[in-house]
Amino acid sequence: MIKKILDKLGILSILILVFLTLSFSSQYFLKTTNLINIMLQISITTTLAVGMTFVILTGGIDLSVGSIVAFSGMSMAFIHKLLYPLSDQSIVQFIIGTFVPIILGIVIGAFVGFINGIIISKGKVPAFIMTLGMMSMARGATYLLTDGQFIQLFPDSFRYLGNGILMGQIPVPVIISLSLVLIAWWILKYTKFGRYVYALGGNREALRLSGVDIVRVEVWVYVISGIVSAIGAIILVGRLNLCTPVYGNGYELDAIGAVIIGGTSIFGGEGKVGKSLLGAMLMGMIRNGLNLLNVSPNVQLVVIGLIVVVAVFYDKVRVKNLNS
Amino acid sequence: MHNISKYFPGVKALDDVTFNLKKGEVHCLLGENGAGKSTLIKILSGALKLDKGEIYIKGKKVEIEKSQDSKNLGIGTIYQEMNLVPSMTVIENMFLGDEICRNISIDNREMKKKAKAVLERIKVQIRLEDLIKDLSIAKQQSVEIAKSLIFKKEILIMDEPTSSLSDKDIQELFRIIKKLKTQEVSIIYISHRLQEIPQIADRITVLRDGKVVNSVDVGEVNTSDLIEMMIGRTLEEYSVPQKKKIGKLALEVRNLSKKNKIEDISFKSYKGEILGFAGLVGSGRTELMKIIFGADKADSGEILIEGKSLKGNSIQDAIKKGVSYLSENRAVDGLVLGMTISNNITLANLSSVSKGFVIQLPKEATTSKKIIDKMRIATTSIEKIVRFLSGGNQQKVVVGKWLLTDSEILIFDEPTRGIDVGAKAEIYHLINDLADNGKSIIVVSSDLPEIMRICSRIIVMKDGKITGELENNEKTTQKEVMQFMLGDIKP
Repeated sequence: MIKKILDKLGILSILILVFLTLSFSSQYFLKTTNLINIMLQISITTTLAVGMTFVILTGGIDLSVGSIVAFSGMSMAFIHKLLYPLSDQSIVQFIIGTFVPIILGIVIGAFVGFINGIIISKGKVPAFIMTLGMMSMARGATYLLTDGQFIQLFPDSFRYLGNGILMGQIPVPVIISLSLVLIAWWILKYTKFGRYVYALGGNREALRLSGVDIVRVEVWVYVISGIVSAIGAIILVGRLNLCTPVYGNGYELDAIGAVIIGGTSIFGGEGKVGKSLLGAMLMGMIRNGLNLLNVSPNVQLVVIGLIVVVAVFYDKVRVKNLNS
Repeated sequence: MHNISKYFPGVKALDDVTFNLKKGEVHCLLGENGAGKSTLIKILSGALKLDKGEIYIKGKKVEIEKSQDSKNLGIGTIYQEMNLVPSMTVIENMFLGDEICRNISIDNREMKKKAKAVLERIKVQIRLEDLIKDLSIAKQQSVEIAKSLIFKKEILIMDEPTSSLSDKDIQELFRIIKKLKTQEVSIIYISHRLQEIPQIADRITVLRDGKVVNSVDVGEVNTSDLIEMMIGRTLEEYSVPQKKKIGKLALEVRNLSKKNKIEDISFKSYKGEILGFAGLVGSGRTELMKIIFGADKADSGEILIEGKSLKGNSIQDAIKKGVSYLSENRAVDGLVLGMTISNNITLANLSSVSKGFVIQLPKEATTSKKIIDKMRIATTSIEKIVRFLSGGNQQKVVVGKWLLTDSEILIFDEPTRGIDVGAKAEIYHLINDLADNGKSIIVVSSDLPEIMRICSRIIVMKDGKITGELENNEKTTQKEVMQFMLGDIKP
């Protein structure tokens, strides 16, 4: 009975457990500012996890998201520095100094994702290898772009997306990431594309024999991952008022971790984007809790890695049980 | 083997089978697909456990629980599909899993000595350092045989060893078999090629529906007798298919070829007709259907739907022009097992329940519900995950999915494999209904009585070619069809 309820609740039950534990063990945890802080801290992970959910649902993986964050971020910063000084009218400055760089940054992220997708789907290169290669290529391109230098000092309109506050206390990045989760949920539940994403991961051949262009579905999934990576870059650059080529290092682990901990099957076909959000929240809470309890960041790395492995192991056992 | 029985859920794969093998003889096992041959040898080789019965070797009762037991008892098995690692050398393959070691390092010299002795024994010349993938199929098979002989084997099981060999290679294989006979190795030989049996076998046992029909010496019978034994008297039990009103030409295939798969295939299929494709497993029927459906590419030839040519290699185009393909293995490529019944049904025609790219969930639900009722799929909810349905109900979901695409030509590949009798009857009924409604139906089946029962016309394929075509009426016999399936067999 208890097991059944736990199975049903899954990640949510663990989240509640951790929440309660932390509430009792630290007096700061339950404070509104701390809870909002957690949501702000996980906003980039959540953003990337949205794209990663699509990718993993199809049975793929995208290891290049961290590098795409850096590359698209640096591209935006670069374009910004190129265009901003061209005018001193504030409205023109906003358009060519903020709007255009952001849009181009997103296009660049989408393009990198497109390259991933087309080579994985048409060229039949395993997603793991392709995105591992792209992880290095995009990172290298980032360094080449500014010769390894950082770019800093952005106008307020740009920074607002990373550190603006809405309704008195809700940070803009939190709004952005939660909106993306909502949009992804709608796409997965209500569109043909969403249905095909599940079917592609569940049984690729059955989808192909149903007359669906599986290359198109698969490429789009990596494009989405590229787009949300670029959105992650906007948040990061805006928040820190700085862009360096080391941005996004290791973000792929957090994004994949959030998706897997959320219960999306690493083998594809089953999972929910809402649960990826819960997965990101769980990781964020544990990090925050360990911080409040003065546990060293090194230990945190070990703990997060361990949780990811345990989550995949659990998934493997579950799938094996289904098949027997 | 005495009174062997093996049960699978719902079927008796082997029913009270007794089988004996003499020293130094080649004993041929015959039977149609699904007669129980494979089950029998799987029990001997330890791949399956018997449910009832006893096995004796040289008068001593033995237990075979796993493949290691079988190996230790001196039984070697050569399966139809090769079990070699292509990227490893001949000698590495021969000793895979049984490497000879001195202390902890592999003793290459000793292995070489043994391997050479074995190859000498069957008089085959192969360089031990060659990679398997560089060898011809025939040579690969010799390696398989040599591998099974390294450790003293007295019983050798060969499952359709000639199925992928050329005539010349077959003679080479027979030479090896004869050599082994003189060395007192007993061989169980499974083959569909009736014409080669007199050349090599000493005795023949025929299986049908999991039972032994007869065991005879090879001199006592001719091929015609053997065919009769394989088919049995099941013929009378099946009625002749209903008379169909044949309509206009629906599908025409002209000179379709694909290297190593199918050769120069031409046929026509009409509205209201149920056209059957008979043949052995691997005769190229599924490959042909996949090409028609656009899932595979032909080298040459043309496919016409109501006079209009298909693009070829485009499933989208085939579906648009009204072709459906219900694949032979629904779990592998027919269904997404982890999705709901409803989602599977609409997968091939989501547009019919969508506005633009947005799915109208309520419309999807009512559409699926209609199909579920029409197909009489036993389920409590349209949201049930397909994995948890029975084989028969799963198959109905597949059929339902293609009904939704409103196809004019429906290709059923092994429509009743692995489903129970009741569900079978329902599927037959449905196929008949579809034909009556003017659809053109093509049924591929390895179950001959099934073809005889539902198809109005039968095309027989063998080795990628059409070997015969006959109207199915009162006078048509299974024996006639069988003769086309097995090829040239003058007694």
